[in-house]
Amino acid sequence: MPTLTYRDALNQALREEMHRDESVFLMGEEVGVYQGAYKVSRGLLEEFGARRVVDTPITELGFAGVGVGAAMVGLRPVIEMMTFNFALLAVDQIVNSAAKMRYMSNGQVGVPMVVRGPGGAALQLAAQHSQAFESWYAHIPGLKVVMPATPADAKGLLKSAIRDDNPVIFIEGEMLYNTKGEVPEGEYTIPLGLADVKRPGTDVTLVCHSKTVAVALKAADQLAADGINAEVVDLRTIRPLDTATVLSSVARTHRCVVVEEGWGFAGVGAQVVDTIQREIFDELDAPVLRVTGAEVPMPYNKQLEKLAKADPAKVIAAVKQVLYVD
Amino acid sequence: MAGTATKPGRKTVDPATAELWRSWLRQMLLIRRFEEKAGEAYSLGKIGGFCHLYIGQEAVAVGTIASLRPDDYITASYREHGQALVRGISPRAVMAELFGKAAGCSGGKGGSMHLFDASRGFLGGHGIVGGHIPLTTGMAFAIKYRGTEQVAICYFGEAAVNNGAFHEALNMAALWKLPAIYICENNRYGMGTALERASAIYDISERACSYDMANEVVDGQDVIAVKAAMDRAVQRAREEKLPTLLEVRTYRFMGHSMSDPIHGHYRTKEEVEEQRKRDPIAVWSQRLIADGLMSEDDVKAMDKSVVEEIEDAYRFADEAPDPAPEMLFRDVYAPEAS
Repeated sequence: MPTLTYRDALNQALREEMHRDESVFLMGEEVGVYQGAYKVSRGLLEEFGARRVVDTPITELGFAGVGVGAAMVGLRPVIEMMTFNFALLAVDQIVNSAAKMRYMSNGQVGVPMVVRGPGGAALQLAAQHSQAFESWYAHIPGLKVVMPATPADAKGLLKSAIRDDNPVIFIEGEMLYNTKGEVPEGEYTIPLGLADVKRPGTDVTLVCHSKTVAVALKAADQLAADGINAEVVDLRTIRPLDTATVLSSVARTHRCVVVEEGWGFAGVGAQVVDTIQREIFDELDAPVLRVTGAEVPMPYNKQLEKLAKADPAKVIAAVKQVLYVD
Repeated sequence: MAGTATKPGRKTVDPATAELWRSWLRQMLLIRRFEEKAGEAYSLGKIGGFCHLYIGQEAVAVGTIASLRPDDYITASYREHGQALVRGISPRAVMAELFGKAAGCSGGKGGSMHLFDASRGFLGGHGIVGGHIPLTTGMAFAIKYRGTEQVAICYFGEAAVNNGAFHEALNMAALWKLPAIYICENNRYGMGTALERASAIYDISERACSYDMANEVVDGQDVIAVKAAMDRAVQRAREEKLPTLLEVRTYRFMGHSMSDPIHGHYRTKEEVEEQRKRDPIAVWSQRLIADGLMSEDDVKAMDKSVVEEIEDAYRFADEAPDPAPEMLFRDVYAPEAS
């Protein structure tokens, strides 16, 4: 199986889906001539032409709306947001138009559209460029929210997202684009709504997604040295949430720490914890803890930024707390 | 006010044109009587939520939609009962939607502001001011993408031109040469704010200059003038593949919605009465009578048949069942592919 970067896995998914379906097109800022702000669309303009790889003005509300309108009449737009920080300008189109159209029209008009791009913090990009918004979109009935952590998941999930008949918010990780992994060639899809056990374990469940999968795996490695065997469950899709995989893991380990990059208040982890306590309260041997981003706008300073982020040390501390060990 | 194409007193009209012109009067009457009945039903509590009436603006919907083909795409704001009726959604289906009934054109789940009939290319009433304008640009993008001969048209009020969605959508339509027609129904007030209190320039059509886009101002109380201007815009879109901003100057005879008084603090009773002298239905029926194409009795008989049709729609909507409870969760997401 070939080893690809996360970036090239996404590129491969886009290329394959554009070959497969003439109605798929890519639109966004710098996706064409510039080859993508993060080079995810490298080579696509040359391969598919300016009709299907469309550079836009810097007008997120506008081109998100163009995507919705095109999807309403049968095209399958992939709308690239240079980052999800900028997608805030398009939230009206995503929430009021894309997410509601099928329902308001009594099923007459769907919006098969993918809005994709990087979310969350990179390094020292400061407050306006370092935000994780998945809980915002996951709050909205009518949207699906997908967040791959590995190159293989990136490919398989993006292909499924493009084929999905609903608006899909597909949040990538800027810090993941250069990560490498084995990626199946050709037709390879992963159904939306399925979590994945990235590391089996018996003592505690670490629920995570996107960039925090690497954080959880690193913590699990270090915990193993202490004889603690952590299971790492990668949600992969935030909505619909694969509660079955989470619950079956926690029912075996009886302890759980939820790790996410975003702010904790009303975050994704809050939903996970709610599900666990409602469904399998009697299985728990300790309160479920959460490791999240600090409740601050992201500071620029490198040391302060590090303090604000979820990291393996914070995860290890939480795990030891739910295991009642030091 | 620019561009009146009406020349009363002309007698030489072929029978097909005469029939078409009479149908425009019937469509305007249909909207008027429908809206009056909707207002009555709202007062009786049979219609809930917001209900924005189209009374006074009938010639705009009739004159513009008359230029379209059945496969063209239409989006509109929340003041869209008139366009929906002219596009051919039955008064029964529209009234039932206002009543929130299962037989409504959006299954009772959209209401007054969200009328849909995809089979007629009627792709929504939309509730966020200006938010639907980029959708029309997207539909026009899809038309160009597929290389068909369709056009995409969009209705919005003059208050929408001050927000970013309008600017962004028109810029892209001009940049990419898309077959879109942006119809600004300038009824002078965004809710209670007069145009002059909201816009730095008063001539909406001039906004098109920012995008090097074709534009025209037309008297929205004169159906034949509206039709002529729309014909030019449609030809530009269908044949030259270029967008147009069409400013249609009209007037809202009622309040912003059913919750509002007709004039309130923001305009005078005298102003409304003055504007009512140019009632588009009176303007057009007088023209047809002057041209000898209808008698006063013909107009009365037409009105009577319209009233009967609306009464039927009202009864139908009133008696129709609510959506079944299980419809609550239907169509949030697409059905899973098998």
